[in-house]
Amino acid sequence: MIEATRGGHGCHPEACNLPESSILIKDIQRKIRLLWPPLALIIAAGFLSACDNAVLNSPYPADAPKQSIFYSSFTERPKHLDPARSYSSNEWAFISQIYEPPLQYHFLKRPYALEPLTLKAMPKVTYLDGKGNHVSAQQALYTEYELSLKPGIRFQPHPAFAKNQDGYRYWPMSESELTDKYTLDDFKDQGDRELTADDYVYQIKRLAYAPNHSPVAGLMSEHIVGFADFMKSSKDLKPNQQGWVDLRDQSIEGVILVDRYTWRIRIHKTYPQFEYWLAMNFFAPMAWEVERFYQQPGMESRNITLNWYPVGTGPFVLTENNPNLRMVLTKNPNFHGERYPTEGSVVDRQSGMLDDAGKVMPFIDKAIYSLEKEAIPRWNKFLQGYYDNSGIASDSFDQAIQFGASGDANLTDAMAEKGIQLSTAVETSIFYMGFNMKDPVVGGDPNNPADQARAQKLRRAIAMAFDWEEYISIFLNGRGEIAHGPLPPGIFGYQEGEAGLNRQLYEWRNGSAKRKSIDQAKQLLAEAGYPEGRDPATGSALILYYDTTQSGPGAKSLLQWYRNQFEKLGIELIIRSSDYNRFQEKMMKGSAQIFSWGWNADYPDPENFFFLLHGPNGKVDAKGENAANFSNAEFDRLFDQMKSMPNTQERQQVINRMVEILREESPWLFGFFPRAYSLHHAWYRNALPHLMANNTLKYKRIDGDLRSQQQLAWNQPVIWPLLVLLALLIVVLYPAVRDYRARQRRAAR
Amino acid sequence: MMAYLIRRMFYAIPILIGVNLLTFVLFFVVNSADDMARLHLGNKRVTDAAITEWKTERGYDKPLVWNSQASGMDALTDTIFYQKSVKLFAFDFGSSDSGRHIGYDISQRMWPSLALAIPIMIVGLAVNITFSLILAFFRGSPLDFWGVVLCVAMMSISGLFYIIGGQVLLGKLWSLFPISGYDVGSNAAKFLVLPALIGVVSAIGSGSRWYRTLFLEEINKDFVRSARAKGLSEALVLAKHVFRNALIPILTGVVVVLPTLFMGSLLLESFFGIPGLGSYTIDAIQSQDFAIVRAMVFLGAVLYIVGLLLTDISYTLADPRVRLD
Repeated sequence: MIEATRGGHGCHPEACNLPESSILIKDIQRKIRLLWPPLALIIAAGFLSACDNAVLNSPYPADAPKQSIFYSSFTERPKHLDPARSYSSNEWAFISQIYEPPLQYHFLKRPYALEPLTLKAMPKVTYLDGKGNHVSAQQALYTEYELSLKPGIRFQPHPAFAKNQDGYRYWPMSESELTDKYTLDDFKDQGDRELTADDYVYQIKRLAYAPNHSPVAGLMSEHIVGFADFMKSSKDLKPNQQGWVDLRDQSIEGVILVDRYTWRIRIHKTYPQFEYWLAMNFFAPMAWEVERFYQQPGMESRNITLNWYPVGTGPFVLTENNPNLRMVLTKNPNFHGERYPTEGSVVDRQSGMLDDAGKVMPFIDKAIYSLEKEAIPRWNKFLQGYYDNSGIASDSFDQAIQFGASGDANLTDAMAEKGIQLSTAVETSIFYMGFNMKDPVVGGDPNNPADQARAQKLRRAIAMAFDWEEYISIFLNGRGEIAHGPLPPGIFGYQEGEAGLNRQLYEWRNGSAKRKSIDQAKQLLAEAGYPEGRDPATGSALILYYDTTQSGPGAKSLLQWYRNQFEKLGIELIIRSSDYNRFQEKMMKGSAQIFSWGWNADYPDPENFFFLLHGPNGKVDAKGENAANFSNAEFDRLFDQMKSMPNTQERQQVINRMVEILREESPWLFGFFPRAYSLHHAWYRNALPHLMANNTLKYKRIDGDLRSQQQLAWNQPVIWPLLVLLALLIVVLYPAVRDYRARQRRAAR
Repeated sequence: MMAYLIRRMFYAIPILIGVNLLTFVLFFVVNSADDMARLHLGNKRVTDAAITEWKTERGYDKPLVWNSQASGMDALTDTIFYQKSVKLFAFDFGSSDSGRHIGYDISQRMWPSLALAIPIMIVGLAVNITFSLILAFFRGSPLDFWGVVLCVAMMSISGLFYIIGGQVLLGKLWSLFPISGYDVGSNAAKFLVLPALIGVVSAIGSGSRWYRTLFLEEINKDFVRSARAKGLSEALVLAKHVFRNALIPILTGVVVVLPTLFMGSLLLESFFGIPGLGSYTIDAIQSQDFAIVRAMVFLGAVLYIVGLLLTDISYTLADPRVRLD
């Protein structure tokens, strides 16, 4: 202040006559100088007091950690929540908590076993001839499933069921009545009603109703009697006088309503796997009132649809559907009070999985799933305790997992100190590399046995050289099991150890499988007519083509590794990268040569894997799931035999032969079965991985007190860096201020 | 000025038709209607019949831009391009291919984007201008030199580094802010501080260097020398003369982006879990939802044109010599 006054002595008279702004600035400077010490103290005190016993970085309200709320995340918006259309695991993670099909998987039993969910007992199965007489399974033209529902189960409260003295409260509604309605919460009145067998029958009609585009409609039309006819006729269905397509007016021959709680489903011949379908959401009940409510004019344009607001009888209801932010499931007040299973193995008892035996479920009041598109924030929030469970991204793998001397995966010390627990399970999935059997080089001429033998040897030589063990080690951090056949562990027919060894590619030495040497692969290749990998037609290296959607720097190392595997045999692999659409097109047309593909089991039965290689299911000829277009008469015959057999030793023998055919023919490099690693905090209980069931949220329990304590301990704010930054700023600013003043003085001279 | 604005608005019509046509062509060069159907219907057990029905229901079974089977104007109008484009000019975006009402989704998602973009723009502008004025004030001094070095260093660092570094440092190690998340109403504030801070800091380098250059260009002009000669302090010279005369290029950069602020920031929103419009278009491209892509590109073009118009108008306010005729 004094210096500024001094500077003013020599200033230009005109400038001195304009003192208002200078005085104002000086006045502000003076006030700041006087005020900043107490202000800083107040701010610091406020900050420190706020930090005392509180966390600043919690994304949730202060009292939330203690509540029985499950916090998790999702990465991709679910596209469909309509049980007739939804067929993705990220969609089923939500709707399986809401909808209840007739059956479910037992939570603890292994191998996976079905049990009644809304039924009184497992379906009663009868085999019939063409006249409706009871016959044996072998003679059956039809199989009939009779399902009996438990009485007293009620739908969740929903506006579609709300009634007033005139009938239904929200039906019929004109578009003008919808002007202020944009979400389901805008409908204040709710109602409910009892679940009946007719709701299950109605849903099967929805599966067959063509405009619903159910992904299983094609498959079910092959099995359920009358389903295909209904599909055809449903294309011409028009809305009734009340303005909606009422499927109650229609019927499917093989779906019969017996009484209020009983219905029958008749299928062609035998298809034992049908019971597994009865445990999927496709067969969950749908109330006709709900469909009528959503079909009202103006509803769809307001985004009020069944695809957005599911309505079920399950333990939870979807109370917030904002897939761009979060999805919230809240306990269904009408849930019928299922109890935690009382049967389990000794291991289950020891690991505390039976601590809640017999208790009424669900244990948690709410589940909040937040959208986390990026792996880094998702992982860090799990470490902070703000998510109760997490997967392990490859970036975080070393931080979470360390391998012991015997190769077993353990948590790192940092994870163990936090009480984090690791669950691993081999998934009922397979990742494989396939040969297009319609390709003349790798598939051979189907009319020329000698050429087929050549192609077979070529495929086996490649399979022998392709080091999947290395792949799993480099690209999966060890998270995978080598596949010796198409069936993953946990599926009937899978065999462990020496019995399950792929002897075409491996030898059993010292109690473990050893891949045959590259020399043996080269020998096989020479027998195929490609000595040292040279194509006799050109005299240079045999060129093969790998079609993939992977490209760019991220995939460079993987694709180079693929090339290296072929180079071991002297074969040149050309990578043909294309976008997903073009890749699909190539697969459909059969113009791909070698490709990678995967399959995740729909249900725990070998049929669900072998059908991927069943001749009549070829991708090119039948638009089926047999992407390799593999066809083998013996395999196809055994498949038809095996698919309707019970899980007996006889079935195992048939399966063994089928697997052996595949090993000899090598339409696939079997690849690996991914091993899922998941982490959860100590307060998250009953976290048993179940690879078939999706409705497992009801079994989970949260210890809110422990979570609250841990979150508080792990997230204490660190203030000192801010103070250091402030000091640093002052140190930098001080010479600047001094220089500023000096310049002002210089300007005055 | 009104005549000028009306003229510009008419110019916009062919631009918008061109943008729409270009979007259409680019989209359908990469994706066929069959691809779209397959992606929407899922990967498992999709039949040809289901694909055909999906296309018919949504009007993707028509020819792309010319219907040789139709006669007269129908040859032009009974096409995917016409049917899907004409309503856009009335700002009727219709429904996405997955059945969601696009207009409603935009109206819901624009607010979180704005809640993040507006503070970043205002605070960023204030910080950048202040910092660049300080550098201009201390031009030629070590402070200026190191300030420029700092700016170059800051602008050389990837935006992703600021985001991840900020999340790890301020959210994880120091536990001062939520790493990601969002909430409605006033509860959103605590989630916005960190991304806004990162948005501001990450732009300091380039913004300050640019503004410093603008200020230095003005600082040695005759009118500034005159102001100094009158005995005005350097701070006043900078604030009243240099800053005001450097406003036009600053306005060019700022006003043009004003209308597009609500389109959001892809990276910030994605990493911080903010439910804005930033990822709306990208998600739509990935899921091959042409209805959303078309609507968002059209909207973006409209807003950019509006931004340019606003910029022109702002020139007249900043510089009385500018006239719009």
